[in-house]
Amino acid sequence: MKTCEHCCTKIDNLTVRFGDNAILDNVNLHVDCGEVVGVVGPNGAGKTTLLRTILGEMPYQGKITFRIAGSASKKPKIGYVPQKLQFDLSSPISVTDLVASAISRHPIWAGVSKDLSERVKEILSLFSAGHLLKRRIGELSGGELQRVLLAIAMTPEPELLLLDEPSSGVDIKGLSLFYQIVDDLRKKHDIAVILVTHDLAGISSYVDRLILLNCSVIAEGDPKEVLSNEKLVKAFGPTLWNISCLPSLKSPEDDKNGNH
Amino acid sequence: MAIIEAWYRLVSIFPFSWTHYNFMNNALLAVLLVTPLFALLGTMVVSNRMVFFTDVLGHSALTGIAIGVLLGFHDPTLPMIILAVVLAVSINLLKNITKASMDTVLGVLFAFVVALGIVILSRQGGFVKYTSYLIGDILAVTPKQIGWFFLLAVVVLVYWHIAGNAMIITSINSSLARSRRVNTFLIETSFTVLLAIVVIVSIRLVGILIINSLLVLPAASSRNFARSMHSYTLGAVIISIFSGITGLIVSYYWGTASGATIVLFASGCYGIAALLGKRLIK
Repeated sequence: MKTCEHCCTKIDNLTVRFGDNAILDNVNLHVDCGEVVGVVGPNGAGKTTLLRTILGEMPYQGKITFRIAGSASKKPKIGYVPQKLQFDLSSPISVTDLVASAISRHPIWAGVSKDLSERVKEILSLFSAGHLLKRRIGELSGGELQRVLLAIAMTPEPELLLLDEPSSGVDIKGLSLFYQIVDDLRKKHDIAVILVTHDLAGISSYVDRLILLNCSVIAEGDPKEVLSNEKLVKAFGPTLWNISCLPSLKSPEDDKNGNH
Repeated sequence: MAIIEAWYRLVSIFPFSWTHYNFMNNALLAVLLVTPLFALLGTMVVSNRMVFFTDVLGHSALTGIAIGVLLGFHDPTLPMIILAVVLAVSINLLKNITKASMDTVLGVLFAFVVALGIVILSRQGGFVKYTSYLIGDILAVTPKQIGWFFLLAVVVLVYWHIAGNAMIITSINSSLARSRRVNTFLIETSFTVLLAIVVIVSIRLVGILIINSLLVLPAASSRNFARSMHSYTLGAVIISIFSGITGLIVSYYWGTASGATIVLFASGCYGIAALLGKRLIK
């Protein structure tokens, strides 16, 4: 097991504006390596914006510092699993193509070499996705696609892993497999994970810390404590609690939150 | 031009009457260079839903020619290219900052570039002079132009080799691409610029009206049965070359416009592929 003593991601007084509106207002967040932090919050709370800001896609005020063991404040390798992808289901891109184009510079339109194909298979096997190699991405279930994307995010091994709504479009079985793999990864590799979700019931046993976000951090702490917090219950309302028990139902956030 | 002479000798082996005409031999060589080029670019145009975008670029040629005429250019190719490149880059910039539907924005631009071009070119009833740009003429291609197409083909191949994977990952999800250190803006911009140049330079061959079909049809056909990027690309290239050669030769016997005949064969390929591939309808 790799040990890392001092690496962390620190977000101080982060504010992100879109026009006159502050999507994130004075957010403070600290993630240690080997720690899984869950971020929950209602629609438009700025959850996806938070991830995109960490990825360096949004202009912001405040400070984001990464400390990696050995090299101070260098930009870390970030693994990112996007929210449910929107693509043409008739897309000819195969799972091998998707993984190979992400991890290799060898131009895959000219064909994938045996070596590369073997490497892709090896990587996918670690994520219970080795059998998906020849499928087109439009033929995958939500859970299968999440695992393929996770395999890509983990290659090469990142210091920080960002997961955006892994619960959307994934059934209960697929989701618990996904969480188990993530749990395994952080134990084995000591990476920091930020997991954005509204699957409240499912994540509580996998995250070390839970953050309720609604433009700013409303509550933060042990998942069980936060979940018993009245403010949280009020913010989410009873309907979303129901949805978290039935992940196959599509919540409005799946459609709307992608742009924030 | 020793290469062209060698090509003429090579083609004359075939026992067809059209091989006696150098304009047919030139056209055949141009088709062999341009069709795979269009197929390659088309795979990404279709994957990235840029079909309407490239149609706007093609039609911007009308305004490009008009600007060339106003500025007194003998050959308006340069102003056509500059306008199309400026348009491509601006649309790409706009796409990243606007909240408006790109479909509508492109529709407005399409109307504008066509109208402005026609207004300028039709002064004193002079538009008839420019109708050759609308349907194109492959048979008028010169060895010098063929040399340009060869150069373009090399540039596109090198670009595809370097940027191919980045384009694929960007087309799937731009945030995912950026998390893998892909400069998505550079990729999108360079691709649109390349597209603008190739489309404009080829307009003399197939014409403004149907140039987009040549870009879209081979990739769209291949998409009906392809199961990987490799088979998608290969399928598009084969269909494109096949339609190009068949269309050109058939147009000789039918006495029809070559560009349109080629597109007609490409449409036929799409129809067959859609029926056999069963992916058009769920």
